[in-house]
Amino acid sequence: MWHNDFPALAALAARGITYLDSAATAQKPAALLLALQTYLSQGVANVHRAGYRLADEVTTAFEACRDEVATFIGAAQRDEIVFTRSATEAFNLLAYALEPQIQAGDELLLSPLEHHANLLPWQQLAARRSATLVWLPITASGHIDMTAASKLFNPRTKLLAVTQLSNVLGTVQPVRELCALAEQHGALSVVDGAQGIVHGTVDVRALGCDFYVFSAHKLYGPDGLGVLYGRHSLLSQLPPWQFGGEMVQQVSRASASFQAAPLRFEAGTPPISAVLALRASLAYLRALDRSAVAAHEAALLQHLKDGLDQRAGVRRLGDSDAALVSFVVDAVHHADLAQLLDEQGIAVRSGQHCAHPLMATLGVAGSTRVSLSLYSQDADLERFFTALDNALALLQEEPTP
Amino acid sequence: MSLPAAAQQVLNLLQQSPSFEGRNRALLQLGNQLPSFASERRNEQDLVHGCDSQVWLRCAQQGTALHFSASSDARLIRGLLACLLLRANGLTAAELAHVDWPDWLTQLGLKQQLSPSRANGLNAVVQRVLALSRAT
Ligand SMILES: Cc1ncc(COP(=O)(O)O)c(C=O)c1O
Repeated sequence: MWHNDFPALAALAARGITYLDSAATAQKPAALLLALQTYLSQGVANVHRAGYRLADEVTTAFEACRDEVATFIGAAQRDEIVFTRSATEAFNLLAYALEPQIQAGDELLLSPLEHHANLLPWQQLAARRSATLVWLPITASGHIDMTAASKLFNPRTKLLAVTQLSNVLGTVQPVRELCALAEQHGALSVVDGAQGIVHGTVDVRALGCDFYVFSAHKLYGPDGLGVLYGRHSLLSQLPPWQFGGEMVQQVSRASASFQAAPLRFEAGTPPISAVLALRASLAYLRALDRSAVAAHEAALLQHLKDGLDQRAGVRRLGDSDAALVSFVVDAVHHADLAQLLDEQGIAVRSGQHCAHPLMATLGVAGSTRVSLSLYSQDADLERFFTALDNALALLQEEPTP
Repeated sequence: MSLPAAAQQVLNLLQQSPSFEGRNRALLQLGNQLPSFASERRNEQDLVHGCDSQVWLRCAQQGTALHFSASSDARLIRGLLACLLLRANGLTAAELAHVDWPDWLTQLGLKQQLSPSRANGLNAVVQRVLALSRAT
């Protein structure tokens, strides 16, 4: 179906590689390549420093992407969108900019599902401010337990930081309900949309979150670019965290005054070509029938789950709702499986998936993760299962003494 | 310098079976011959960093000859470790310094087979073998 829109897939197929690691980073649509080619070959210029027409044109195109992103996630205003270098940088930005609001004894609510990107900045913030991390329990299926969660909110709760879609389990989290609880208790809410935005329509106002973060590269866009959405009333009050060109109004030898959000958070030359490339990816995605995409991904996910469940000794972790599944195999080490799958041209993620606390919670040393995207096909899964069977035939054989 | 008998056996085994199945079956079999120690005897200082899965490595001396042993939970990794240690064991530190490790892996047909990250892991093990041998 859509796989013809992604030129790299043919190149990978020619090398015998089946790409099932889109949750790590996605292949790029031809529209993105064209946008980059056009921009880089027609003459580049820096943004927001106009004075000549070429720079104005580039600035206009750059800022148009901010509008695209705002529309894509349902933001109320374009100036609620900040471009960062990655999702990781956006979390770090928040953890510094929110620091003055966190006092000793305050509680930050996190789930054990969090990617290190949405954990370590808060862990460091808690250490700087003598605040406490409080953990939302998860159920056996890998969902945040709402009954238990509702009891953990209290007047000391200052911040909730949760993932919308687990990058390890593929479980969709009750983010809207959690953000509502946060609001009731006067806590800020941060949603990690790095995986969620790829597999469903996002409306930040319907979610009711204060901040929403994602990375362009997982959303069929370029790497080196992340997005931070911040509710205007909050974002406009936050102090800058990095300093340099572009983010200033006036500078003297002794002091400086800063631009309003979002530019005050975009110190230095931004990743201009990446922003223009993201604009092309978003335009490509908007032109798709996203319910057809969702149906396609749901059918693939079912195929994947059924296939895994049919194989002896294979155990899925949690019960995935979307696009990716992690599994372990009895008496088979994930590193051995990774090696044999790689030898057969299957690109899947193996290990701890940047989520060490989750792996500890689940009591596993590591797992194998298969992740899907809109360009994945049943044939990819068939090749994966054949390779898996070959690998397990070797690894599940009784060791010869 | 002639190959130690155990290393010659590793070479024969892997050269006989160049197919995906044959090679990996051979590696699993070699894993059982890995000079090893029990998981209870693992400790932080023997842990080799840079491997995909955790590997612990130790060195003992008998006269001037060195004897390495390793521990890992992954069976194929144990096989790969055996390929290295069965080549290294019984040599002196001076002899070890002259082994051409990339060439050894090429001879075994593993060079092409290993992903760069696994090759880096094995390289980390080789570096630790050499460091331990220099420390004796
Ligand atoms: C759920 C989740 N959050 C955050 C990130 C971090 O994204 P990036 O490495 O692009 O900053 C990832 C990437 O793997 C992720 O899966």
